[in-house]
Amino acid sequence: MAALHHAKAGFKGFMRKAWSPFAATPALGWLLSALAAVLLEKWLGLALAHALGLPKIPMLFGFIIALKKPFLIPGTLAFVFIIYLLPMALVARFSAPLANRASRALLKAPLAVSALVHLALLYAALHVWAEVSDYRDITLRLTMIAVMLTLSLNVINGYMGEFSCSHPGFMALGAYAASVFTVGLFASDRLFGAALLPPQLAPFLFPLALALGGLVASLGALLIAVPSFRTRGDYLAIISLAFTFIVKSLIENLEWVGGPRGLSSQPDLASLPMVFAVCALCVWVINNFVTSILGKATNAVRDDETAAEAMSINTRRTKMAAFMFSAFWAGVAGGLFAHVLRYVNPATFGIQKLAEVLAMVYFGGLNSVLGSVVGAVGISILGEALRPLEIFKWILIPLLLILVMIFRPTGLIAFREFNLRRVLSPKEPPQGRS
Amino acid sequence: MALLTVENMTHSFGGLTAVRNYDLSISPGQIVGLIGPNGAGKTTIFNLITGIYAPDQGRVVLNGEDITGLRPHEIASRGLGRTFQDLRLWRHMTVLEHVMLARYSRLDYGMWGAFWGTPRRWRQEAAAEKKARELIAMLGLSHLADQVVINLPYGAQRRVEMARALALEPKVLFLDEPTVGMTPEELDQIIAIIKRVHRELGLAIFIIEHRLKFVMELCQRLQCLVFGEVIARGTPEEIQNDPKVIEAYLGEEKVA
Repeated sequence: MAALHHAKAGFKGFMRKAWSPFAATPALGWLLSALAAVLLEKWLGLALAHALGLPKIPMLFGFIIALKKPFLIPGTLAFVFIIYLLPMALVARFSAPLANRASRALLKAPLAVSALVHLALLYAALHVWAEVSDYRDITLRLTMIAVMLTLSLNVINGYMGEFSCSHPGFMALGAYAASVFTVGLFASDRLFGAALLPPQLAPFLFPLALALGGLVASLGALLIAVPSFRTRGDYLAIISLAFTFIVKSLIENLEWVGGPRGLSSQPDLASLPMVFAVCALCVWVINNFVTSILGKATNAVRDDETAAEAMSINTRRTKMAAFMFSAFWAGVAGGLFAHVLRYVNPATFGIQKLAEVLAMVYFGGLNSVLGSVVGAVGISILGEALRPLEIFKWILIPLLLILVMIFRPTGLIAFREFNLRRVLSPKEPPQGRS
Repeated sequence: MALLTVENMTHSFGGLTAVRNYDLSISPGQIVGLIGPNGAGKTTIFNLITGIYAPDQGRVVLNGEDITGLRPHEIASRGLGRTFQDLRLWRHMTVLEHVMLARYSRLDYGMWGAFWGTPRRWRQEAAAEKKARELIAMLGLSHLADQVVINLPYGAQRRVEMARALALEPKVLFLDEPTVGMTPEELDQIIAIIKRVHRELGLAIFIIEHRLKFVMELCQRLQCLVFGEVIARGTPEEIQNDPKVIEAYLGEEKVA
């Protein structure tokens, strides 16, 4: 045991030392370094890959290629080092003073300006990275949808401390409502007949379709909330699980949306910028909610409902509002999901989807916006990276989850408030000379 | 006119009558104590008045308004703050968050304001924070404001609970055994704080308490409850010398 502790301390010390050159790099610097790496890959990636004996650019930082063809591991490692690690380290280290100055200047304007600049840089980096292949593009979009789902489920399971299993159901409602809207209006389809509106209008009305999906999911949430929030306990878990199955079999039996065969020919509206924008909006709104007093009332309900009532908190309103809010974003995510795949069928929204989202929430961390982002991105990337292992993937990922549950029972980054201003701030004290 | 009156309140759990024909009247600025042996039904009376249980019979009137059967949060927002015997704090939250959350009923920016972070939300939350910090300072907790409550010593947790109840800006404050489990120093500290709160905020206070030193020093009027019925009421001196009280309650202590 003592040896383990010693090793742990030594590892921590080593990590701190290795990290010290980057201690002064602000968020802006990291975004710049990511942008530099993906631009380098765009211009030199293919040539370098061929020079290293790789058939093409490694799609997911070399994980997949390394698992599929082990003899290519040295080449893959070299590629990742030359394209990502080295340039990122250099740019992050040497752009730090400049990035800090820029961060400080940006913070003089309203916080929104700074946030938008960071988002724009993040988008640019993701865009360039995703341009390399369709596989990356679709993985990235699905990952961002997973972020939305995880974060919205965290509002219930983390912030409010209830256990909801209805997210696949909400997602299905959102996916079908949004799909019926867009397919009915903009696509000539065997189920809904000819298009009613010219397709040029579609991108403008798409947010409306997503909102509709969200609202339908919220209505579904109301159906669950009314009976299950009268008391506390396991009722919500059971009722919400039943809800997921009810939605699934309901859709399977509705022939006018395609029944078990599913619904296809959604117009191609969920492009990368669209998904990115909606995802950013979702994270922003949910973060706003959970940091407000009205949102923190959910924490009070979780920690002691009697005390919350006695301190004038309307617990029923709090629970209902939080649940419907969470369902809304799950519905929006479902709408995006349907338009990314451009095909939905009811079987998608079953118990496996539920396990996936729950895993992301508990892996990333309860009661934490950042935790949800990390959980969703982590599990999504892991799921893709381990794809070549086929069936063993489903042994490895749960094993990892068990380890997380043993060593960090509330998840990797739990109970931490996400303070936008602190994230966007420069990383060193202002210089003496002005 | 009385600030809070309870008339003829009765409540039973199944076949057990926990409180029978209970009457209470508290004037503005008055401190009233409720004493009685364990299991007499004191906390049940608190729970009945604050709306956690709805009384089977009787009426509760606060400031001229009938509040019988309202939900606890409605009663709290009408000016009735309370603490709990078994410290009911929110274990993941900081001291400041506790006190700010009790300003809930004063916020009217709505869910929409919470989602979008409207200027109205920032204004109201800044006001709530200002008020909370004043109360935290008043109870001597300023240096602990950003600590998570479970890390605090017991006496400080008690004060957090009181600061939280005061953030409701109550007209009447209910304290359920505020000195339970306290060391003698903490006891003196809490007496000083209650006196200060009473003086500066002009509150009416209703206290459940076991320690006679405490009730004798603070309360102007006392009630003694045994098996759900008030057997004596009067000034502390009268209660102290009432033979029925001595028999039911103090007598045991003299033997022991």
